[in-house]
Amino acid sequence: MSEPKIVLEAKGVTKQFPGVLANDNVDFDLRKGEIHALLGENGAGKSTLMNLIYGLHHPDKGEIFVNGKHIAIHSPNDSIAAGIGMVHQHFMLIPVFTVAENVMLGDETTKRGSLDRVAVAAKINKISKQYGLDVDANALVGPLPVGIQQRVEIVKTLYRNAEIVILDEPTAVLTPQEAEDLFRIMRDLTARGVSIIFITHKLKEVLAVADRITVMRAGRVINTVKPSETDSAQLANMMVGRQVILTVNKKDHEAAEEILKVEGLSVRDQRDLETVHNVSFTVRGGEVLGIAGVQGNGQTELSEALTGLRSPTSGKVTIGGKDLTGKPPRIITEAGLAHIPEDRQRHGLVLSYTVADNMALCDYYQIPFSVRGVIQPKALDENSRKLISAYDVRTPSPFVNAGKLSGGNQQKVIVARELSRGNVKLVVANQPTRGLDVGSIEYIHSEIIKMRDRGVAVLLISAELDEIMALSDRIAVMYRGQIVAIVDSKKTTREQLGLWMAGAHVEPA
Amino acid sequence: MDWKRFGFIALIIIVLFSVVVMIGQAKQPPLLIVTSMLATTIAVATPLTLGALSGVFCERAGVVNIGIEGMMLTAAFFGWLGGIYMFHIFQLPPSVSIVLGVFFAILTGALMALLHAVLSITFKVDQIIGGTVINILAVGLTGFLNRQLFFGSTSVFEGSVPSSPGVLPTVHIPITELFASICNSSAACLQNVQAINRVFDQKPIAMGAILLVFLSHYILFNTRWGLRTRAVGEHPQAADTVGINVIFMRYANVLIGGMFAGLAGAYFTIESVPSFEPLLTNGRGFISLAAMIFGNWTPIGAWAASLVFGASQAMLINMQIFRDVIPPAWSFLQESYIVGLTPYILTMFILTGIIGRTTPPAADGIPYEK
Repeated sequence: MSEPKIVLEAKGVTKQFPGVLANDNVDFDLRKGEIHALLGENGAGKSTLMNLIYGLHHPDKGEIFVNGKHIAIHSPNDSIAAGIGMVHQHFMLIPVFTVAENVMLGDETTKRGSLDRVAVAAKINKISKQYGLDVDANALVGPLPVGIQQRVEIVKTLYRNAEIVILDEPTAVLTPQEAEDLFRIMRDLTARGVSIIFITHKLKEVLAVADRITVMRAGRVINTVKPSETDSAQLANMMVGRQVILTVNKKDHEAAEEILKVEGLSVRDQRDLETVHNVSFTVRGGEVLGIAGVQGNGQTELSEALTGLRSPTSGKVTIGGKDLTGKPPRIITEAGLAHIPEDRQRHGLVLSYTVADNMALCDYYQIPFSVRGVIQPKALDENSRKLISAYDVRTPSPFVNAGKLSGGNQQKVIVARELSRGNVKLVVANQPTRGLDVGSIEYIHSEIIKMRDRGVAVLLISAELDEIMALSDRIAVMYRGQIVAIVDSKKTTREQLGLWMAGAHVEPA
Repeated sequence: MDWKRFGFIALIIIVLFSVVVMIGQAKQPPLLIVTSMLATTIAVATPLTLGALSGVFCERAGVVNIGIEGMMLTAAFFGWLGGIYMFHIFQLPPSVSIVLGVFFAILTGALMALLHAVLSITFKVDQIIGGTVINILAVGLTGFLNRQLFFGSTSVFEGSVPSSPGVLPTVHIPITELFASICNSSAACLQNVQAINRVFDQKPIAMGAILLVFLSHYILFNTRWGLRTRAVGEHPQAADTVGINVIFMRYANVLIGGMFAGLAGAYFTIESVPSFEPLLTNGRGFISLAAMIFGNWTPIGAWAASLVFGASQAMLINMQIFRDVIPPAWSFLQESYIVGLTPYILTMFILTGIIGRTTPPAADGIPYEK
């Protein structure tokens, strides 16, 4: 079998950012009609490489060839002209524009100076039919589901006659079913001669859809392999550079008495829409209850109501037998709550404070941190040194501003502060590993399980189904503000959870 | 722009007109009052309309412009000054001097906008601060130059303000002539047609402003330039990834906005009255921002909102005419400062969002960084 020809090639690409060598002499090639996965942790240099190819940044060294011809890419215009299209991780769509307006933007069709929306819509419909994309050219983009918005992004590249499509972390925002749809679309595209670069850090997906896999770490290409010749463990090993334990080891469930009890809870969001409707569940000591669901189905408001950041409109929340409905965060914290918030930079840390100060944010007003209203720097210092070594926080010193740390280390500061306190009865962890690298994820998972094994109740909210499946003893699925199912994690499957997350009415198996 | 909003605007205008007609009918026939008020409304709404268009172009491209007031004031001064220089120093005929004066005003607006663009786009200065700088600069610069050039021992014009080349003439639209035959030489009919004709006999900038409203609306929503402008104000990263030059689009639209503000400035000293006094814009730049917001950042909506403010000013002017026939129960209307408050009270009322919220462009006021 002869190898298909190479459509895109990067040779010796190097890019230096202040303080980081983001791409170090990177070689990469893409063959016609293949799905070539680019795998790596955050900061490995995947996105940098793609931004260089797409013309958003300029390489310091190295060359890029399209169809064997060297091309100079100064801006996205050059790469678009060379037949390269990119679907960004954060969609580059304008919510108040229609699909047609979004698609034509930058490459408008006009008739006597006026936008020719009809002609554009016709072309979109043609592309949409040809590749089974099913988008309505006249719909406003804002209200469309993310899965459809992603298709609009794909249409945008095809509209510009792209033969090389870069998909940057395309599955991060999708339900498992939407991801399956995307993989089908990707195969349709490659069957028609389009070549795809698929950027991700999810091992399973890579093994499922890629024809070849290139692993990057710390700005370098580690290796390029075929899925048939490798497995998850080996890929993870290449990504992180050491042995990684992918499965979470946890002992069998030893549930004790009820700690968190939620009865008929309803919550309104800041637009005054009720996003949590009449939700009831309990979490017992020594168990992890996972709340699965696509982002934006009320999880944020639920966790805010439980932690005192938002008052519920009705219902009751008790922790350890104490009614704490609508109480302020300090009262709830003192009653034994540890909270790992969804947005670590906004609600977890004060970025302009030092690591030491951040580690005392929950109890700075108590002895030993504060004596007669005066902060004791020595106590803060001792506390932070103890936690930094116990929780393996990589920081140059306790006096560095939290904002200077990497995401993984910022999260470790929060985890250290919250889980190290003596009286913790309940942990509410909302998206505790979002955007973190495999190594940090592994660490935070093991800390959560440690708490569970100590008899603490854990409520884990996550949009990552793998995380929910790995950590939870029981799983609740949230859809449109309601809990549509609560099941034993051993008695369910990804597929079933995925259906519930998408709102399908399915009886538990 | 939704119908509710247009309905509210129409309602306010009708109420303001009705009050004047009720009081004034003792002195003048209602048709005459209505048409003269309409004519005044359109004329005095001109700087507000142009100011609001200035804001629409800047903010649709993502740059907040609270410096419109200052741009107008500076343009009013330099437009007027330019006309005087052309007339007195270069001895050009008055008509040419006036037209060149308008040109200078537009150029001044563009230069002030360039300053705003450099501050807010290139140097990413907080745009509210950038706009405030322009407003303060405008007051200082025009006040200082006005004093230095025209008053005191060192003044160029030896301590007296020279006569200006005059103002732009009213353009007569021959409605009366066209419809005269229909009236069959009935004097009453002819009077009515003449009264209606007054609404349409406007000066060039007032007429041009209305044409510019519809032109701007078309450009913004139906052309490539408009699509790109709005894209840059909503989601500049998205525009950048499809090869649109965000920085260029923002500069260009802020300059266009500055030209609109400059034309608004010309209205004061070249179309309305042939003189300049310090602070003559008197907050109209800010009211035009309110009109822009109430018009939901659309040219036609902003124009409609400007007409509300124009109508309240027209009411103020008419209250002076009908001062002697105001019934005792309405005597508070004699106090010009109470009537004069109307636009400001309306502004506050409108900005509370009672008539529905408006949505600014998503990236309005946020400097673009890759």
